[in-house]
Amino acid sequence: MKLITAIIRPERLEAVQKELQTVLDEGDHYRLSVEVVEGHGRQEGEIEFYRGQRFRSSLVEKLQLTIGVNDAYVEPAVNAILRGARTGQVGDGKVFVTPLEQCIRIRTGERGGSAI
Amino acid sequence: MNATPAPIDPGSTAWMLVSSALVLLMVPGLALFYGGLVRRKNVLTTMLQSFAAMGVIGVQWITVGYALAFGTSHAGLIGWDTSLIGLVGLPYTRNFADKAIPELVFVMFQGKFAIITPALIAGAVAERMKFSAYVWFVLLWATFVYCPLAHWVWASDGWLFKYGVLDFAGGTVVHISSGVSALVLALMIGPRRDYRPGHTAMLPHNLVLTLIGAGLLWFGWFGFNAGSAVAADHPVAGYVAGLAFATTQTAAAAGAVMWLLIEWWHQRRPTSLGLASGILAGLVAITPAAGHVIPAAALVFGALAAAGCYAAVQVKSRLGYDDSLDAFGVHGIGGILGALLTGVFCFTPVAGLLAGGGAGQLVKQAVGAGVAIVFAGLGTLVIAAVLRATIGLRATDEQERDGLDISVHGERAYHQGIAS
Repeated sequence: MKLITAIIRPERLEAVQKELQTVLDEGDHYRLSVEVVEGHGRQEGEIEFYRGQRFRSSLVEKLQLTIGVNDAYVEPAVNAILRGARTGQVGDGKVFVTPLEQCIRIRTGERGGSAI
Repeated sequence: MNATPAPIDPGSTAWMLVSSALVLLMVPGLALFYGGLVRRKNVLTTMLQSFAAMGVIGVQWITVGYALAFGTSHAGLIGWDTSLIGLVGLPYTRNFADKAIPELVFVMFQGKFAIITPALIAGAVAERMKFSAYVWFVLLWATFVYCPLAHWVWASDGWLFKYGVLDFAGGTVVHISSGVSALVLALMIGPRRDYRPGHTAMLPHNLVLTLIGAGLLWFGWFGFNAGSAVAADHPVAGYVAGLAFATTQTAAAAGAVMWLLIEWWHQRRPTSLGLASGILAGLVAITPAAGHVIPAAALVFGALAAAGCYAAVQVKSRLGYDDSLDAFGVHGIGGILGALLTGVFCFTPVAGLLAGGGAGQLVKQAVGAGVAIVFAGLGTLVIAAVLRATIGLRATDEQERDGLDISVHGERAYHQGIAS
């Protein structure tokens, strides 16, 4: 099992969801949680104007997706995210893949791959 | 100030009751305007500064404020009637001077001005002033700066009134005095702990609040200015109230358009805060002139005020002082411009420069503005120095870092999100 953490442009969420649906339809819906995060990579913050003064904010708003997947789905999921999130401009975001030690479905207490 | 046997005029009385309520509404409007401009950790503290003035000065005005500003004049310098302490000697059936309205209505109307004026100063020292020091400051400032100045300019025996200074609704008494005091207090209290011009972490946290506030201020300003006719009856006051209403509307609109155009040209961005600031600049500038100039002149007031205030705000960041929400930049500069332009454009009851009356009125306006600048500046200096030496002006560094809402008042404005 792996945990995919993807930081994407907020406006690409729908496209990423659409791509994920095509590869992760494990009989029903793919699992996903989304949160709003702020940060910066190579992309600088947006320029804002207040009473004629320019400010560059130090952080940019992004969405962070967290998806737990079984090993067979890692590559398809990552590729789906890349297809949906890529614009080719600086600021498209990042995908991190990390080992996932355990996964437990709270409702049933199932553990491991079947709980994903 | 003696009672006149004339009956009250229902129209005038109704209009002045409404105007008094409209001016009060400007204070929550100001709270929203300022509240949106600060960081989220200080929004309640900032709004509380406006609301606290409603309480503190609301009490002060009834207790001694009205007596000092509009009691029997002593040499034109200060009013006082022992019978007006707590208004206990003021029968509710008494008319105000020669007007056909109850004096109590006039007391209420003027009281709202006394409330909003010190609250305007708060914008200069937002996010760092100690709450106890702020409460003492507005109380002392209203008593020792506002009341005398209101007496000089507005009481029929006040020395600046007799000299001929025109201040229809408070350009000098309200805006110059609060704007200059704001600058002095900002200099004395020092910049916010993280303040560096252009520092991004100090951006406005909610301009939606600010825009709602600007809308309420514009709305309330009709009471402020058109109400300053102090009646709405025949043969004069009703027309003057209508004139003041029209010039107020015109200057606000012109200020909004001008600020937007300047920003569009200067930064290629027409902004919502810019439009709101332009509205305010126009309203401030027309205040002394509202019942003295024609609506076309109000276009000039609004446009020049927006240009002047925009320039002042740009200069601030170069000079490095932290007038956090531009109380001086808008009220000080807009007030001074408005006072002087009144001498240029006024046509009733006296003719100004462009109405063929010569430069005489302009000189009087400059004197009035100068007196207000010196008196309010020195008064603020003394009051702030006393407070600094006794209870201190600033919140602690730790309180300022954590935000005054939670560290001073034990509240947070926004609990949305996790565990709400």
